[in-house]
Amino acid sequence: MLLYILKRLVTVTPVAFGVSVVCFLLVHLAPGDPLSAVLPADATQQTIDEMRSAYGFDKPLPVQYAIWLWHVLHGDLGVSIATGRPVAQEVGRAVVNSLILASVATLIGFTFGTFFGFVAGYKRNSLLDRAASALSVFGVSVPHYWLGMVLVIVFSATLGWLPPTGAGPDGSGNWRPDIEHLRYIILPTVTMAVIPMGIIARTVRALVADILGQDFVEALRAKGMSEFGVFKHVVRNAAPTALAIMGLQLGYLLGGSILIETVFAWPGTGFLLNAAIFQRDLPLLQGSILVLAMFFVALNLIVDVMQTALDPRIERA
Amino acid sequence: MTAPLTAASVALDGNLAAAPDAPEAFVASRGFWGHVGHRLVRDPVAMAAGVVILVVIAIAILSPWITPMDPYKGSMLRRLKPVGDATYWLGSDELGRDMISRLMLGSRLSLFMGVTPVLIAFVLGSGIGILAGYVGGWTNTILMRTIDVFFAFPSVLLAIALSGALGAGIFNSIVSLTCVFVPQIARVAESVTTGIRRRDYIDAAKLSGASAFTIMRVQVLGNVVGPIFVYSTSLISVSMILASGLSFLGLGVRPPEPEWGLMLNTLRTAIYVNPLVAALPGVAIFLVSISFNLFSDGLRSAMEIRQ
Repeated sequence: MLLYILKRLVTVTPVAFGVSVVCFLLVHLAPGDPLSAVLPADATQQTIDEMRSAYGFDKPLPVQYAIWLWHVLHGDLGVSIATGRPVAQEVGRAVVNSLILASVATLIGFTFGTFFGFVAGYKRNSLLDRAASALSVFGVSVPHYWLGMVLVIVFSATLGWLPPTGAGPDGSGNWRPDIEHLRYIILPTVTMAVIPMGIIARTVRALVADILGQDFVEALRAKGMSEFGVFKHVVRNAAPTALAIMGLQLGYLLGGSILIETVFAWPGTGFLLNAAIFQRDLPLLQGSILVLAMFFVALNLIVDVMQTALDPRIERA
Repeated sequence: MTAPLTAASVALDGNLAAAPDAPEAFVASRGFWGHVGHRLVRDPVAMAAGVVILVVIAIAILSPWITPMDPYKGSMLRRLKPVGDATYWLGSDELGRDMISRLMLGSRLSLFMGVTPVLIAFVLGSGIGILAGYVGGWTNTILMRTIDVFFAFPSVLLAIALSGALGAGIFNSIVSLTCVFVPQIARVAESVTTGIRRRDYIDAAKLSGASAFTIMRVQVLGNVVGPIFVYSTSLISVSMILASGLSFLGLGVRPPEPEWGLMLNTLRTAIYVNPLVAALPGVAIFLVSISFNLFSDGLRSAMEIRQ
């Protein structure tokens, strides 16, 4: 097992390296000089040159990359142009908020998704099965930012039950697990949970239907095992794949939360990215994307290793 | 995600599975695509979705001539009229412009920005995937490892990061979305191509003296295009949602051009005054996106491709 983890680490290193190159190049993809957003329009050529050498933009790209990577590996993601605070600090705070949102949403999505998936897989072509597949098509087809707006319209604007935006009543931007803050997390997490719910329901339905059709289930029933006993076997067979899908969905939600966070003004990475883009705060943009992408790479690795550990059918090649 | 399958086995399965419910299929040989069309016509959900898509395309093409009112002309006195108003059938927006006219004209940009990236990515992704899958070796390693890097980004993040760096605009949005979909399509194309490259008919073509390029163009492309096409159609719905999402964030279409995502954004302030009107552009995105998904699902089962 340890050998397998090491092997996976070796294969993931080039990917992580590639990700860092893409993030680095993002800044240079921007039209014009990366400094043009910071400098005043009437800056003299001398000021421009001084700034270029101060930020190291006069060096060749590979050298710039090496310097940047060296700093990143030491936890230094640069300084935000807009706030003047270290990017690492800003991103760190936002990631916690996003992680809370994405984890709760994944949990809700997983709970309901597996429930609908199991029901649909057991009672195939029943009314419940149809409802479950309709739900999963809905989940992948609905523009979630619009769903968020609709929920705000219904539960905040019309019924007045829940707050429409923010993470808490004091507007501090730090979420805490108490009743008052809980009211703020309901709408964004429910909105977010719809996507993984649909995908998980679909996967679990297919898994359960497949497992129930296998010979060993027939054998278990033939030897007189109770339906609950058979159910436990089905769960054990479906679990590794279902859990893997859940882990990947957590990553997708964390990286894709920008639209939902914008709708709900949730102080997470999506909100930070949005600010970075519109203030042309390139170090902040680069830093938040790098952190999110690296998190996704790490999550993929963890999911992979866990799936292999849980599922004896997968060869540890 | 996509089960390793070969186009040849798909064609075979398609014929076999079509047999029980369509015995006449043995008499009249329709060919693979004929069977797919035949099965698709018998799928009411896919057909309904197809009709919705065709109607929206027709509206998009004809909208400059058939909108009931001028979609750009506002009126400060007639802002945010409710749905069912005598003059504004679907109400008016925050600047007093007719909603139904804007929704109709908005279908142009929304559809264009949703479908174009997938079309371009279909061509580029298939090309890269087939090349990597057929040539194999180092070419495969280099191409596929590069694609792995793009897979390390969740697609929403990649789209937003690229458009954020490139700057707002229709062209930049299309470029970013294309970059999101090329790796996904290329990966499917590569796995399908790898599945058939050792088939006898490839060897036969080689022995007959065909060049590698000709084999890729004729033998390989002809046999892998079906699964890649189905996979690509399933991406249109994602692309529509993402493209409108970019405009919703202010990274795509700029005002006063009507586009559903942008309309949704500018109407966000109106949810307390006229919630129904504010939600309308999202209904349009949802309707088109779910239609593409259902049609793609229908196409998938008509071609007997398992997920």
